[in-house]
Amino acid sequence: MSDNLTLPAQQGSTGASTEALLTVEGLTKHFPIYGGFPIKRKVGAVQAVDDVDLTVGVGESVGLVGESGCGKSTTGRLITRLLEPTGGKITYAGQDITHASRRQMASVRSEIQMIFQDPYSSLNPRQTVGTIIKSPMEVNGIDPAGGREKKVRELLELVGLNPEHYNRFPHEFSGGQRQRIGVARALALNPKLIVADEPVSALDVSIQAQVVNLLQKVQEELGIAFLFIAHDLAVVRHFSQRVAVMYLGKVVEVGDRDSIYNRPRHPYTHALLSAVPEVAMDDETENRERIRLAGDVPSPIMPPSGCRFRTRCWKAQDKCATEEPPLLQISGNREGHLTACHFPEDPSTEARTEDVVLDPALKALEDVEKD
Amino acid sequence: MSDRHYEPEPALAATAVGGTVDLGVEEAETPKKRPAGPDGPAPQDRPRSLWSDAWRDLRRNPVFIVSGLVILFLVLIALWPSAIASRSPLDCDLSKAQEGSQAGHPFGFDGQGCDVYTRTVHGARTSVAVGVLATLGVAVLGSVLGALAGFFGGIWDSILSRITDVFFAIPVVLGGLVLLSVITSDTVWPVIGFIVLLGWPQLSRIARGAVITAKQHDYVQAARALGASNSRLMLRHIAPNAVAPVIVVATISLGTYIALEATLSYLGVGLKPPSVSWGIDISAASPYVRNAPHALLWPSGALAITVLAFIMLGDAVRDALDPKLR
Repeated sequence: MSDNLTLPAQQGSTGASTEALLTVEGLTKHFPIYGGFPIKRKVGAVQAVDDVDLTVGVGESVGLVGESGCGKSTTGRLITRLLEPTGGKITYAGQDITHASRRQMASVRSEIQMIFQDPYSSLNPRQTVGTIIKSPMEVNGIDPAGGREKKVRELLELVGLNPEHYNRFPHEFSGGQRQRIGVARALALNPKLIVADEPVSALDVSIQAQVVNLLQKVQEELGIAFLFIAHDLAVVRHFSQRVAVMYLGKVVEVGDRDSIYNRPRHPYTHALLSAVPEVAMDDETENRERIRLAGDVPSPIMPPSGCRFRTRCWKAQDKCATEEPPLLQISGNREGHLTACHFPEDPSTEARTEDVVLDPALKALEDVEKD
Repeated sequence: MSDRHYEPEPALAATAVGGTVDLGVEEAETPKKRPAGPDGPAPQDRPRSLWSDAWRDLRRNPVFIVSGLVILFLVLIALWPSAIASRSPLDCDLSKAQEGSQAGHPFGFDGQGCDVYTRTVHGARTSVAVGVLATLGVAVLGSVLGALAGFFGGIWDSILSRITDVFFAIPVVLGGLVLLSVITSDTVWPVIGFIVLLGWPQLSRIARGAVITAKQHDYVQAARALGASNSRLMLRHIAPNAVAPVIVVATISLGTYIALEATLSYLGVGLKPPSVSWGIDISAASPYVRNAPHALLWPSGALAITVLAFIMLGDAVRDALDPKLR
């Protein structure tokens, strides 16, 4: 497969047909680890996000997927400037907001909003729904026509809640309803970009679809760009036009939805997709490939040299340990489909001749079953 | 949530009267009471905060009712002691020293011939004043410092934590003997000041922990993402969610501060005669406990009941505000 690897003609093109709203270049966040006695000093760093490039176009929805602990949420919080980036550059609508102070951010704040994962922790239990949804307008000094209360009622209606529930407290609502309140709060300032940090993963599966549909409706009707962070590939496929796959703080593959889901090239993307459970009445799923990864994600404190996925990759060779694969459009990829791999897989999700089973215990078990 | 939908009475009544329960009627009526929202049961009509939940719990708690009544009574006699004890507590007659209970003097006389009943009633004012004022001082100083340390963290947190460690290391009684013996004042202020000085680290630790916990919630991050200022985060989002443990510990401490005032007065470094205080009376009566035990028992009993009432109130408030701590 290595002969397929050729350098791409163009670089930096991420296939965004529309104008870029948010551009992230080389974004890095290292959390320092302090230790030692008697004076604590920096003894290491958790490399949560390392050199991430990402573009979100106007009105575009971009999915960010990956295993737990791969830096998805940190990336989201860096973009909303809840965390201070260690390095790199965040540009929003042509404005560099990488290290903008609270006052400098004031004009941008209303345009970038966030939806949180946990609907129980993200709403202040001491405030009524009205106060919660109103607070973005209060903080930013915005007075919509007809008053703030009217706007809150409109928002409640927009997200499918009863406007009469204005004076209730969050604990009186179910998880899905609370997440709708969170969506209403994010919409209060008519944002242009919403960072949704696993907005449905804390919800019951039957409720997930409702909230995803609500978000999709909002995205389509109001033309809001979304950075949709999730580990549920099915949800991302439903929601996103473009998808970026993260592994251990790095983007390993990015492309439009069909490229990622139907023509994945990075072995990690293959492994992720093969792990999606599918309900099928007959044995159609038999011709899907099956990859069972072994072990956990390596520690982000001491990530593997070269390609970070090499410790769990079935195609890893010496080159992977010494040379870090750049995120490029490798041959056979469509426009805007970038992959960071020295030895990419075939652009297909069809079954290979033999399953890849990297977990020794699982392999032993399956061998017993075959006999 | 479940207790709000819990309506056992009609069903129970039906069982008692008719012997059968028509569940069909119940089920048919329920959806009208709770119009279902898109995602599940819709909330009830009456808005309820956690404070009103706590108040509802407290009203049903017999411990709260009893201790609350005792404290109400104490506060009333502290404000208007003459209403039930018209004599002056300093009106003493040595010829009646150590005499027992008699008409008009139900608690008898102490070693100086003063009426024990009058002195016990008038002593309540000192105890309540010291308890309430010291608690207020401790709560304000401790929670402000603790909240700032918890909110800003870093170097300020480290400095404050070391300072609280130093104050925790001071033995209360020894510190009181040393510090208060050099102050000559016949008001309650030195005692209150001393209690605040030694009491604030406890509250500041509680407040610091509560603020650190509240700070990590997503709603604080959400407000920060909206561009809310630090003061808005602190006052609107963190303080209301961190104040409960501070209130609980302050209420429980109130009783111990009253006991501490009595201890210091007993040792002769708190309030000094002619002030009227249970601690002074206990101290004065203890040498004559064989001849006149009543002069010791009444102020001691009043002190014990007061301290117990405040500690039980604190327990009840804690149970109501945070059932998980129980």
